[in-house]
Amino acid sequence: MTAGLLLEQGFNGIQFGLVLFLMAVGVTLAFGVMNVINLAHGSMLMLGAYLIAASAAKTPSFLLAFVMAMLAVAVLSALLELVIMRPLYVRGHLDQVLATFGVSIALNEAVIMIWGREAVFTPGPSWLDGSMRLAPDLDYPVYRLAITAVAIAAGIALWLMLAKTRLGMQIRAGAEKREVIAGLGVNIRLLFTAVFVISALLAALGGVMLGPLLAVQSGMGDPLLIVALAVVVIGGVGSLRGALVASIAVGLIDTYGRMFWPQLLGSTAGNIMANAAVYVLMAMVIAWRPAGLFGRHAH
Amino acid sequence: MSALLEVREACKRFGALVVNDRVSLTVQPGEVHALIGPNGAGKSCLIGAITGELPHDSGEIRFRSERIDHLPVHRRARLGIVRAYQVPQFFGSLSVRGNVAIPEIARSRSAWRLWRSAAADEKLQAVAAESLRQMDLEGSGARPSASLGHGEKRELELAMSFAAQPQLLLLDEPLAGLGMGDRERMVERLRALKGRYVMLLVEHDMEAVFSLADRISVMVAGRIIASGSAAEIRSHRDVRAAYLGEETP
Amino acid sequence: MPIRVYVILGILAAAAIAVPFFGQPYYTKLAVRMAIFALAALSLDLLVGYAGLVSFGHAAFFGLGCYAAGVLPMAGVQSAFIVFPAAALLAASVGALTGAVSLRASGLYFIFITLAFAQMVFYIAQGLRMLSGDDGFRLPAPTLLGELPLTNPTVLLYTMLVALAAALWMCHRLVNSHFGQVIQAARDNEMKLKALGLPAYPYRLALYTLAAALAGIAGAAYANLTEFVAPATMSWVLSGELLFMVILGAAGTLVGAIIGAVVFVGLEQILSAWTEHWLFFLGVLLVLRVLLLPQRLQALLRA
Repeated sequence: MTAGLLLEQGFNGIQFGLVLFLMAVGVTLAFGVMNVINLAHGSMLMLGAYLIAASAAKTPSFLLAFVMAMLAVAVLSALLELVIMRPLYVRGHLDQVLATFGVSIALNEAVIMIWGREAVFTPGPSWLDGSMRLAPDLDYPVYRLAITAVAIAAGIALWLMLAKTRLGMQIRAGAEKREVIAGLGVNIRLLFTAVFVISALLAALGGVMLGPLLAVQSGMGDPLLIVALAVVVIGGVGSLRGALVASIAVGLIDTYGRMFWPQLLGSTAGNIMANAAVYVLMAMVIAWRPAGLFGRHAH
Repeated sequence: MSALLEVREACKRFGALVVNDRVSLTVQPGEVHALIGPNGAGKSCLIGAITGELPHDSGEIRFRSERIDHLPVHRRARLGIVRAYQVPQFFGSLSVRGNVAIPEIARSRSAWRLWRSAAADEKLQAVAAESLRQMDLEGSGARPSASLGHGEKRELELAMSFAAQPQLLLLDEPLAGLGMGDRERMVERLRALKGRYVMLLVEHDMEAVFSLADRISVMVAGRIIASGSAAEIRSHRDVRAAYLGEETP
Repeated sequence: MPIRVYVILGILAAAAIAVPFFGQPYYTKLAVRMAIFALAALSLDLLVGYAGLVSFGHAAFFGLGCYAAGVLPMAGVQSAFIVFPAAALLAASVGALTGAVSLRASGLYFIFITLAFAQMVFYIAQGLRMLSGDDGFRLPAPTLLGELPLTNPTVLLYTMLVALAAALWMCHRLVNSHFGQVIQAARDNEMKLKALGLPAYPYRLALYTLAAALAGIAGAAYANLTEFVAPATMSWVLSGELLFMVILGAAGTLVGAIIGAVVFVGLEQILSAWTEHWLFFLGVLLVLRVLLLPQRLQALLRA
């Protein structure tokens, strides 16, 4: 147990937390503003990873591939919102859960139909290869640092958008009191589409960044979605601050946990605890505060 | 004889807005007590404080001399504090008869019966039928409750309240939105039930209030400005000042 | 319930009873599969259709029952009279614990939390390396009904038909009892129910535990059908499929869940025989079903 290792895992934990945040924001915005559940959110992450791999094969420029992938996700998610989500806003959560679940299993199979069952290899951009010496005994991959930077940048961009732009104000107002913004002459339909697409792009961004680190295969986004759901529950549905705090906390707890639990409890029990920890935390938070740490009363 | 319900110095505020300002009120056994006042005076908040749905910030509420401030909504209901809501609250997927059976199931502590059919429970159905009869609804027993008209939903609300055998019935504007004929019918119904149920009645309709209530409390801007018999209130200087030009038709 | 529903049910039952006589194990196994998922869907309908609780983690209880049937033979226990109650008890215990927490939340939170807890159970099963983790393990020995092994499809079929009939009858009595009325009232207007003196929580928890137990029994049977035990029986995909079965029939009718399960399993067989990528079409079908046929109980289930 060296300081370097602790630091390294700390960085990894924060990264994981930031990616979780990107997912969680989408979930919490969708529910806060539109009162909608989208279980296909994990598929957006998956699509981000697959599309960057596909685009990167077409062009040597990683940046161009990135833009292409994001554009594709934006178009796809807008279509999804138009065709499938829109009729579901007035239906209850059961219908939304089932329809988006259907979308997610269809998309999971669709990527197999197009790219096969084997994991796809996505190289990161070559100019992010190598490691940086962060501490005497810590050589940290540049790529991972880049992810952290990008995620933070995305978070700041999101914050700026919400705080400074008209769209952002509408979103925040909508998250607070949905009924009010309709009366203010806001184009609700466009707003919902915008929120949906933004959420999808954030998830896809997560997928793009994780591509080179994880196995890009069907269903890769789903486990992350479920952890993101736990994060949203912990932070409080509809609360961005809650999503951030909970994401980072969960990221660190999970990463350090995987290191420490096996040492504390032995291999089997340790692994079990490492897997269960996030959900045990979720259970404890709910028992103490049913609306989450920063949540307001549910819509 | 001590008061059935005693509210002492109840205070409730939402941020800077004080909706109940040291409100004190008593309801005596056997009486019909009306709570009147302009819109926004804080009457519904006080009702919410009594039922426990909107707990007050400070002050005491006693029911039969016991403090109930710490009790959750369902415990107070068990004590017999029943509220009839302004917007009728019922169980949309159950029939009319099914709706009035619920308070009886609650009252008779039989909610854990897992096997025998509720529809075949003669005792239960008899109580339900009786409650419906009180409100002239027994003909509609089998109808889906969601299909009732607005006035009928009001009647169902009351029937459910009576089925709960309330020790204190809190009526939240039972006449609101009713037409002339329905209004008179409702007042007659309530009058027929005087003495049988203790009622705390929140209403705007002055005629109804003066004809039904034994005692009246007047709330303006979160404070009780007067409390007494109908005659006393009618001639009360502050009440006349508050209501000058505000009398509802 | 319209007469035609009972006619359909009667036809299905008759067909199921007759199937083994045709001597085609494939169809007998198919019928067993339908009966098993019918029981699981029935248990979920109690929650979704009557209590208005959309649980997206029901597969966890199914899978726990499966594991019970798989692990007990390792301790030398094979009797159905121990295995099934043990499966039910295991599922019910986890159901009571997770339900106690989940039910403190309502609406959307509840859906998320049930999903999350089910994943937790899934990950725990995956992590049990002595049980071969994600790969799962072969059923060490069949559950025995007296001398009869339940791995024999015909024996399992008749056993499941009896179990299903008993469960249907029991659930029917339950939803019509005082308890059932309270549960449905809680779904319609929880606030009003509380104002009448009944908190919804204890009744919902009891129902949740019961539903878990029934799903566990179905899971134990499944272990005998497939002769295999794996974490896939706890996956969220299966939870979603169970929900689909419930609404495919019609939520809140009990019989609808049974018919929905039969249709779903049949559909699954037909689609998978037709194309390797049948899951894609299943997903599309699910979306179409939801979009084109609005739910009968939609307004009531709205969080």
